[in-house]
Amino acid sequence: MISQDVDQFEKALLSFDRLAAENILNKSDGDRTPIQFIEELIVPALERLGTGWEEGRVALSQIYMSGRICEKLVNDILSPCVQKRTDQPRMAIGVLEDYHLLGKRIVYSALRASGFELLDYGQITVDELVRRIKEERIKVLLISVLMLPSALLVKKVREKLKETGTEVKIVVGGAPFRFDNNLWKEVEADAMGNNASEAVQIITKIMEEL
Amino acid sequence: MTPSNITSLQRVLTTLGHQEPDRIPFFLLVTMHGAKELGMSIKEYFSKAENVVEGQLRMRDKYRHDCIYAFFHAPIEMEAWGGEVIYSENGPPNSGEPLIHKFGDINNMTPPKVKDAPCLLKVLKTIEMLKNKVREEVPIIGVVISPFSLPIMQIGFDKYIELIYEQPKLFEHLMKLNELFCVEWANAQLSAGATAICYFDPVSSTTIIPRNLYLTTGFKIAKRTIAQIKGPTATHMASGRCLPIIDDIAQTGTAIICTSVIEDLAEVKSICQKKIAVLGNLNGIEMRRWTSEQAETFVKDAIAKGGPGGGYILSDNHGEIPWQVPEEVLMAISEAVHKWGQYPLDWTTIENS
Ligand code: B12
Repeated sequence: MISQDVDQFEKALLSFDRLAAENILNKSDGDRTPIQFIEELIVPALERLGTGWEEGRVALSQIYMSGRICEKLVNDILSPCVQKRTDQPRMAIGVLEDYHLLGKRIVYSALRASGFELLDYGQITVDELVRRIKEERIKVLLISVLMLPSALLVKKVREKLKETGTEVKIVVGGAPFRFDNNLWKEVEADAMGNNASEAVQIITKIMEEL
Repeated sequence: MTPSNITSLQRVLTTLGHQEPDRIPFFLLVTMHGAKELGMSIKEYFSKAENVVEGQLRMRDKYRHDCIYAFFHAPIEMEAWGGEVIYSENGPPNSGEPLIHKFGDINNMTPPKVKDAPCLLKVLKTIEMLKNKVREEVPIIGVVISPFSLPIMQIGFDKYIELIYEQPKLFEHLMKLNELFCVEWANAQLSAGATAICYFDPVSSTTIIPRNLYLTTGFKIAKRTIAQIKGPTATHMASGRCLPIIDDIAQTGTAIICTSVIEDLAEVKSICQKKIAVLGNLNGIEMRRWTSEQAETFVKDAIAKGGPGGGYILSDNHGEIPWQVPEEVLMAISEAVHKWGQYPLDWTTIENS
């Protein structure tokens, strides 16, 4: 039953059929709490899309468009019951000295669609990022980049945080990390995700550990 | 033919004719390393045609590869459209804020004329000067961003995906404008002396859009545009996937397809066999930390997969070597091509069996 719903939901997403997606939600309204809806339908569907992208079956445009649908659905169903969104360690996402925002936008909406709350720092420099992490007591930091020099700057962020003894989990992602599997370790990140659904898996795990 | 009497251009043409030349042709697509060589910042380097001419010639002397690359950077086209180029000290320039803020702005746009854009005239001057130096010996590769891929810089990536799916009329209109510009820009480079045009079209890659959408968009646009470009083209997905659409790409009239390291070169080659030549696919990002031994291993592997029968040019998989890749690695790649790339590739059959 669940997997059938996920199939249908995934299909609706891949054809950008917002109405069909909403119908699946409404149909199962009584049986599922909003959180269950997220965990049993949205997260698995996004996960399948992520794997599909990794394997070359699904394209980024489909991921982006379905992310938009899910983000809206989740905002609609979650706003009345925000508890899941507040009782987690503080988390933020930023694009480090880079002009390319799409990767971050996709990861941000996948995380929100999966019920997480996070601050969006937009484009940010190393120094500004370090300052805000300390001031805002961020425990989990996601960094997205597209250019190689920006990816290499993650190491600077780590060094500056270490200097002041600030402990933060750093999760990185973006094209340079996808093309060099070792790069995330080299820049001293704690984890790297290949796509938005991996971001959700990693964050879920980190949140359990914290 | 012995290596001494065959030029780089002949070597490339032979392979494009799906024959084996004396050795695997090798395109080292360095854009910024010339600046290092001349001891200049990247910004200063790209400010004058003379610098790029000198940089390209020195790179070729050093690494003995088979082309001159007249590519400055992608944002230079945006500069012609009125956009901003943001330079970096240790990487390629990026384009600034998108020019189109609302979809409706597309109705008020006019494509720039090449003759009125000093940044493009600088590239043309570079090509002319290089042509005077290398004549018919070395192919000079010019570059255009495809009409279908340029809008990521014109309007932003997220808005562009929405435009494609949700605003078909404005999308078509923008494509008309971009096609006009792209054709004029490509042909100007060919007239200045470029031998071929690299058509960067990563939005068409199945990494970015699904094949069914490609067939109604990027494919048709490439077919129309390439038909008007008066010289050979190579289609580059900038390290995005091409495998599922190779047959379609071959039908756009392009001569070369550039494949990513995430695809199996042997599989790509077997699909392209005799239809279209293949260029690729060393991992430029990872290259930065290769040892000389690793460089040799990757080059040998690429040669063994792509080389047999010709129809193959060895290169990186993005169309640009990152600034961070050390000279030693580039030298090791070059040496490996010269050592293992001589036809006939007898060693590949021995090692395979
Ligand atoms: C399409 C494309 C282009 C297009 C548009 C680029 C753009 N976005 O502006 C065009 C043709 C214009 C272009 C030009 C250039 N490009 Co380009 N391009 C690409 C390509 C094929 C896709 C890039 C993209 O935007 N993808 C979509 C985004 C959303 O994907 P993503 O960032 O990977 O994000 C996903 C995951 O990585 C992950 N993720 C992202 N962030 C995070 C964060 C966390 C925490 C986690 C867990 C996961 C995660 O989730 C996302 C969704 O699944 C890539 C190669 C590739 N295969 O990826 C090269 C690439 C990005 N380009 C590159 C370069 C260098 C350039 C140029 C600078 C070249 C030049 N000299 O001019 C220009 C710059 C253009 C500009 N904007 O100023 C390099 C960058 C790396 C480097 N060498 O420094 C790449 C990686 C190619 C390569 N293999 O080297 N390019």
